[in-house]
Amino acid sequence: MSNPYIVLPVIFQLFIAVVLMFCWNRKNLQKLVSVIGSLLALIISIVLFVTVSQDGIQTMQAGNWEAPFGITFVADTFSAMLVLLTAISGLAVSVYSVGSVRNARIKFGYFPILHFLLMGLCGAFLTGDIFNLYVWFEIVIISSFVLITLGGEKAQLEGAIKYVAMNLLASVIFLTAIAVLYGLTGSLNMADLSLLVAKIENRGLVNVTAILFLVGFGIKSAIFPLYFWLPASYHTPPPAISAIFGGLLTKVGVYALLRVFTLIFIPDAFMTNLITIMAILTILTGGIGALVQNNIRKVFSYLIICHIGFMLAGLGIYTTVAIAGAIFYLIHDIIVKTNLFMMSGLIFKIKGTYSMRILGGFYKEHPKFSLLMAIPLFSLVGIPPLSGFWGKLLLIQGAMTTANYILIIFIILGSFLTLIIIAKLWAEVFWKDGLTQPRKKYIRYFDELKPLKKRAMIYPIVCLSIISLFIGLGAEWVFQISGQIAENLIHPEEYLKAVLGN
Amino acid sequence: MEILLVVIIGLLYAAGIYLMLRRSLVKLIIGLILLGNGANLLIFLLGKIVKGNPPLIGETEKMLTEIYADPVPQALILTAIVISFGLQAFAIILIKRAYKVVKTDDLDEMNATDEDL
Repeated sequence: MSNPYIVLPVIFQLFIAVVLMFCWNRKNLQKLVSVIGSLLALIISIVLFVTVSQDGIQTMQAGNWEAPFGITFVADTFSAMLVLLTAISGLAVSVYSVGSVRNARIKFGYFPILHFLLMGLCGAFLTGDIFNLYVWFEIVIISSFVLITLGGEKAQLEGAIKYVAMNLLASVIFLTAIAVLYGLTGSLNMADLSLLVAKIENRGLVNVTAILFLVGFGIKSAIFPLYFWLPASYHTPPPAISAIFGGLLTKVGVYALLRVFTLIFIPDAFMTNLITIMAILTILTGGIGALVQNNIRKVFSYLIICHIGFMLAGLGIYTTVAIAGAIFYLIHDIIVKTNLFMMSGLIFKIKGTYSMRILGGFYKEHPKFSLLMAIPLFSLVGIPPLSGFWGKLLLIQGAMTTANYILIIFIILGSFLTLIIIAKLWAEVFWKDGLTQPRKKYIRYFDELKPLKKRAMIYPIVCLSIISLFIGLGAEWVFQISGQIAENLIHPEEYLKAVLGN
Repeated sequence: MEILLVVIIGLLYAAGIYLMLRRSLVKLIIGLILLGNGANLLIFLLGKIVKGNPPLIGETEKMLTEIYADPVPQALILTAIVISFGLQAFAIILIKRAYKVVKTDDLDEMNATDEDL
């Protein structure tokens, strides 16, 4: 059904960013506009989600050029769900930034860039055109480049160089893949490509193109062996920025992989084996990497990689159940990872360090915060009935039906590694007696903040914890949604019909 | 023409990747620029090169009858050039700034992010 309002989440973020640029020097007004704008964006994305789940797939043809010729925007349940999650994380990070981001950064345009980033993310989720997807990816990465370097500390700049170099390389590979695909088919519309690619006789060339896409998106979503930029850069910017990066940026890559490999390239046995092996190694290297780190933000960075492996495993198994598991895990992971990075920022503000060697005694001093932080930490491990458990259950079910027992072993090993890491983190940060450190002058500690800022740092963590509790306890609803998304991904007839007419 | 472009694209990709593998920051960015140009030429090549047949419909005709030069790749290249211009401008400023702060051009010496706190 044609519906021009589906681009509203994108345009509204652009609108907020432009309004914010008009109040460049008024930092309090910027904070207010950003929070209210994010709240409205959340309402818009809820409306979009409800519309899509009631009336089916919505499309928008830009400039009324019909499907294979113009640029198409498509909102199916998958896109609408991710736009909703983007809006939730965006609101949480926007509120959190009010409390935690320094005025110096706000003066250099922190909030407008944040909303440009969110605009790019919404665009990437909603577009139905492969070249347009490239353009949205570029908007996302240029905004993330600015956010990661904003402040210009030494570690930030070094991390940014690695991040920028790898992401630019990924873009070039993505562009190369698009070029080859255009040469093969003469189309850029993803629904049209789905039909055209199936007809190509030279399957070798199709597989090469598929691998180019796999490498391009693989760098962005940090899968083995392409992830090395992530642990070198994600712990360098302020926690609010890490939160939006950790929650959403790698997940755009996963979204693109899921979309491209279900719609355009149907993986053959070779591709599914390759993806499965990559998933296993991603789980293993991410988990082992996290085990040896001492900086809590680096631990979480490696855990992002480890859990990207779970989502990739779903694509490797390639059954409806497994893809539903991957999508369930994706939904859970966006919320939890955003929350964990915000939580690490709160710990830093209270204790003045990220190092697990120095941290300690948190439970004794702040029992309420500790209980709050236990929710995302143990959701991440996947202790039933918390949210991480259900996605893995579906994945293992999927692997059982295809008799992929090695993958099951590694999924369980990955969960076990996560458990060890979180147990270690809990013991080091919350239980053991910490070293007392002299207060550092350049940090503004939590107890020096104004009450409003304190609340702005705590409420987003509380809200996201409630959402992850909801995903865990109300799993049936999320099960249905992710099952439906997986069904639509594996059988894209409805998508094709919505975009191309008949 | 096609063969020549194929060779040039191959050289641009090879040189770009070789330069990216060097340790110097300046070579890194030059490598990225070469790779970007290679990708642009690749789009141009794969959009099929046709000589002297612009995609214009004659006054007496209703549609294009002959093989015509496809305008889409050119639109794609234009977009890609604009985007890569912006990104490269950012990257150049970034390496300049990083050079000032870290005081080295050698990527192997940029280890601050791997230090244990």
